[in-house]
Amino acid sequence: MAATGYALLIVLMPLAGFVVLGLAGRHHLKRSAGWLATALMSVSAAAALLLAWHYFFVQNALGRSLEPAEVFRFRWLSFSPSLYVDMGMHLDGLSVMMLVLVSTVSLLVHLYSVEYLRSEERYTSYFAFLQLFTFSMLGLVVSVNLFQIYFFWELVGVSSYLLIGFHYERPSAVSAAKKAFVVTRFADFGFLIGILIVGFSSTSFDLNTLFQTNCHVDAAREELFLGMSAITWGTLLMFMGGAGKSAMFPLHIWLPDAMEGPTPVSALIHAATMVVAGVFLVARLFPLYEVAWLTADVVTVIGLTSSLLAAIIACTQTDIKRVLAYSTMSQIGLMLFGLGLAAQGASREAGYVGSQFHLFTHGFFKALLFLAAGVVIHRVHSNEVSDMGGLRRTLPLTHLVFLIACLAISGIPPLSGFFSKETILLAAASHPFWYGLALLVSALTAFYMFRLYFLTFWNKPALPKSEPELPTASERLAYGFPLVVLAVATAVNGFIPFGLFVAPDGRPYPVHASAAAWLPPVGAALCGIAVAAWGYARASERPQELARRFGAFYSVAYRKFYIDELYAYITRRIIFGKVGRSAAWTDRQVVDGAVNQAGWLIQQWSLLMKCWQSGRLQGYAFWFFVGAGLLAVVLLLYSPN
Amino acid sequence: MNLHLLILIPLLTAVTIALWGRGQRAALIATAGAVVQLGLSVLLYLTFTAYRQHHAGEAFVFEYRHVWYGPLQIAYHLGVDGISVAMVMLTAIVVLAGVLMSWEVSYMPREFHTLLTLLGAGAYGVFLSLDAFTLFFFLELAVLPKYLLIGIWGSGKKEYCARKLVLMLMLGSALVLVGLLGMYFGGPRSFSIPDIASSRLAPEVQQWVFPLLFTGFGIFTALFPFHTWVPDGHSAAPTAGSMFLAGISMKLGGYGCLRTATHLMPDAAQQYAPTIIVLGCIAILYGSLATLMQKDIKYLNAYSSISHCGFVVLGIGLLTQTALHGAVLQMVSHGLMTALFFAVIGIVYERTHTRQLREMGGLMQAMPFAVTALFLAGLCSLGLPGLSGFVAEATVFVGGWQQPDLLSRTAVVIACSSIVVTAVYILRAIGQVAMGPLRGLVSPHPVSWAERLAVLLLLGGIFLMGLWPEWLVQLIQGSGPAGALPDGLTAAPVEAF
Repeated sequence: MAATGYALLIVLMPLAGFVVLGLAGRHHLKRSAGWLATALMSVSAAAALLLAWHYFFVQNALGRSLEPAEVFRFRWLSFSPSLYVDMGMHLDGLSVMMLVLVSTVSLLVHLYSVEYLRSEERYTSYFAFLQLFTFSMLGLVVSVNLFQIYFFWELVGVSSYLLIGFHYERPSAVSAAKKAFVVTRFADFGFLIGILIVGFSSTSFDLNTLFQTNCHVDAAREELFLGMSAITWGTLLMFMGGAGKSAMFPLHIWLPDAMEGPTPVSALIHAATMVVAGVFLVARLFPLYEVAWLTADVVTVIGLTSSLLAAIIACTQTDIKRVLAYSTMSQIGLMLFGLGLAAQGASREAGYVGSQFHLFTHGFFKALLFLAAGVVIHRVHSNEVSDMGGLRRTLPLTHLVFLIACLAISGIPPLSGFFSKETILLAAASHPFWYGLALLVSALTAFYMFRLYFLTFWNKPALPKSEPELPTASERLAYGFPLVVLAVATAVNGFIPFGLFVAPDGRPYPVHASAAAWLPPVGAALCGIAVAAWGYARASERPQELARRFGAFYSVAYRKFYIDELYAYITRRIIFGKVGRSAAWTDRQVVDGAVNQAGWLIQQWSLLMKCWQSGRLQGYAFWFFVGAGLLAVVLLLYSPN
Repeated sequence: MNLHLLILIPLLTAVTIALWGRGQRAALIATAGAVVQLGLSVLLYLTFTAYRQHHAGEAFVFEYRHVWYGPLQIAYHLGVDGISVAMVMLTAIVVLAGVLMSWEVSYMPREFHTLLTLLGAGAYGVFLSLDAFTLFFFLELAVLPKYLLIGIWGSGKKEYCARKLVLMLMLGSALVLVGLLGMYFGGPRSFSIPDIASSRLAPEVQQWVFPLLFTGFGIFTALFPFHTWVPDGHSAAPTAGSMFLAGISMKLGGYGCLRTATHLMPDAAQQYAPTIIVLGCIAILYGSLATLMQKDIKYLNAYSSISHCGFVVLGIGLLTQTALHGAVLQMVSHGLMTALFFAVIGIVYERTHTRQLREMGGLMQAMPFAVTALFLAGLCSLGLPGLSGFVAEATVFVGGWQQPDLLSRTAVVIACSSIVVTAVYILRAIGQVAMGPLRGLVSPHPVSWAERLAVLLLLGGIFLMGLWPEWLVQLIQGSGPAGALPDGLTAAPVEAF
């Protein structure tokens, strides 16, 4: 009973906030919207923590197997007696962990936003959207049904659209929002087909039925289409949806542009929560991904490719938020890499636990990085690192927390990122090639993060564009509190025995790593940091020289491998220019042309016939006699005798 | 429940307006009549569900039969099943919203409201009739007033568009009439739908009557390639006219296909299923691709209607219970959604005096209420869960997937791909109208209460269906031809390819 209460409280608070703030519109609750939303979120976050405590320590004993529980369910839509959509709340280690992550980060972002967006005209709408997003994300992670996942998946997408396009006076924000929605929609097209395939081959959309009756899954492996089993097709297509939402190559192009949104939004949606939905999806449907051969390989390869690609691009970018965006993509790639390894079966527990652990720790330190970047951007009124530099004196707290987060993401012990990334690498240890690539990603991560760090806080101070205003007391509190909380979480989260909470099948898996396994990743990270310090700690010609050394590769990476241009070509030239235009032309000229032609023909015909009814008596009489004469001739000629 | 009231009230309203509705009074009377109709339709829903709890087996309830032309046994025969009840509720909502949107009509309001109300009466008649000939009679009643509505109160090339629309719909009616006669003389010499259904027409008769009826009604629901009246007709019609046209008239076609063609001729339905599926897919994809290039917001919505109505055709062609439910749900959803779209376009046009997308911009700042409604309608159109469009489309997808053959599944994939194209054109339109710097605002008078009420009514319907669709699914469960169709996993494969 207690669990039901907590669970409902977690989800309903942001929903209530959305409804109230959404209906209040722009005119009411102008001043109090932020605090109201924050208050609701704090109830939700507190309930999430209580639920976690209740679930892990009261309902289950820690260290033993965790039993999944369902606190609530109702029939939402029935297609046929056996196929239906239920909405409900499913609790297990994974969903409880996600509830805690989403609600706490969301709470901190709410608090931060209260001050950060104070001068915005559409302050109330902002918080309404933020509440809608939080509600959808919470609904997503507790799903009991494939269609429930899809339902909230789309809601998450639309709230992301609304928040990216929050500054809709700016054309760049509008097109970024549109791009994000359309690219993820394209991915969701695959997701939907995947749901249909999996649902039908397992005769249910219900997750419980899907997992419990493994025989269905086995049966589904028999059906072949183009040489692949139904379950492979289904999981692959569903992964397409996940890859779109998680900005994996080649569907990643929306994420860097999404940085047009307000910075707290980037912290919450495009770093900590929504973009890991793809990882969550694979983890949630892990039993299916385990039995689908090929899909696991695809997940692994896509994850690692995206991770490497993003890390390379991140080394060349100069917009602080875009660097962080690419770093997010890179880290998510690592998570999927780990999950794919787990699904392949060899390092099932380590890969699964590692990826989820990294999801958890990454949520906190990446949110921290974005919120700290927000403070910096607020200070210098620019996103470009060339406008920053030497900020460690003027922003000491921000500098400190940014450093902590950078160390964490680079994987320096004893910060949280070290432990989680270490677990993923542990899973990869048996594949030397992949392990090597993952180490390379690690080194690159350390390099670009510290490049960013040095460029922002060390290096040569840029000339301020305008007189920097001193932060007010309320700003100090509203920015400082979330930053400190996140920094503490970043520092200590690594010590959570994560395998006891979230593991495949709920069976606890304590991670053990030998000291020897620690050395390569830490060494790689330190190398990356050293190179970054060598190049960027002081103003020098070294970075240009380095870039020149890489020559064409550098410029290709700087241009993001021309993937955006490729997409623009396909959509503008081919879809709009060729297909759309010809469809519209055909409709007006050919199909409708035929209709008008038919009308024209009838008109011509009646024009032709019109002259027969001239109203002139002589004419009528003439034809009367002609007809009568003809008839007489015919009768005479063909008379029977 | 007395079904006559649903036809009598609008007829009486029309007569009252014609006699006493001078000036502003016309709108008042029409609104009062529409409110009564909405009340009656809700009452119908309540009594219907209550009645069916005790009498589960009956196909049609609240039947009333009176023969008005003995020699041919043509009867005034009314009765409802779940599908009719759903369509009646849709009609009542759209009628009320349309009347509320027409409060500002200043040119000959009496005639305008009389014709509008007559249209509604015709639509109710179609949805309630169980006699095929009476159904045809009401169908005509629902077509003819459109000629005047568009020709007199329309805009743009209104005479051309009115003529085109009425002629094309008349072509549809002619085909329907020939089909009905074929059914009459080829079958049990009766126009009664339950009689024909129980006496199962001979396959040879079905084979040539079915295409006539399906094409005839299909023209009403924008069946490819007979859809070109939709863009012209919708764009030339006055606001309420467009709302009625898209919200109700296009549904008459889908309903007619279900009620007569598919319901009465199951063998032919099986036989022609592949053709129908292909036509539905063409409408969906081709319609949405053509929408991409539209520059006029009314044309945009009209083309998107072609695409959305393709789902109705597809759902009927897929021949499973679930897909058929999906078709009905799509009719309801699309009716509410396009009516909302046209209502909001009307509100925006009043204040910008343009319908060209590129001449508008940033209107979110100037008229947040209308533009928010436009945004929600757009989200419904692109199938966002929580709004009605998703429910309908998902049901068609699931229903289609129940057919295990390759054609049906390919069709579902093609239909599914339209959700991407829809997202592109909707977001493009929203981006141009609502976002960016403010442009195109000419007269910023506030949105009136009547207009607000109309928008809220339609939005309420969309949310009611989108957030909790189960009641509607329960309502249409087992109605019409669905009862005779396979329920999914055990479906017999349709002969394809």
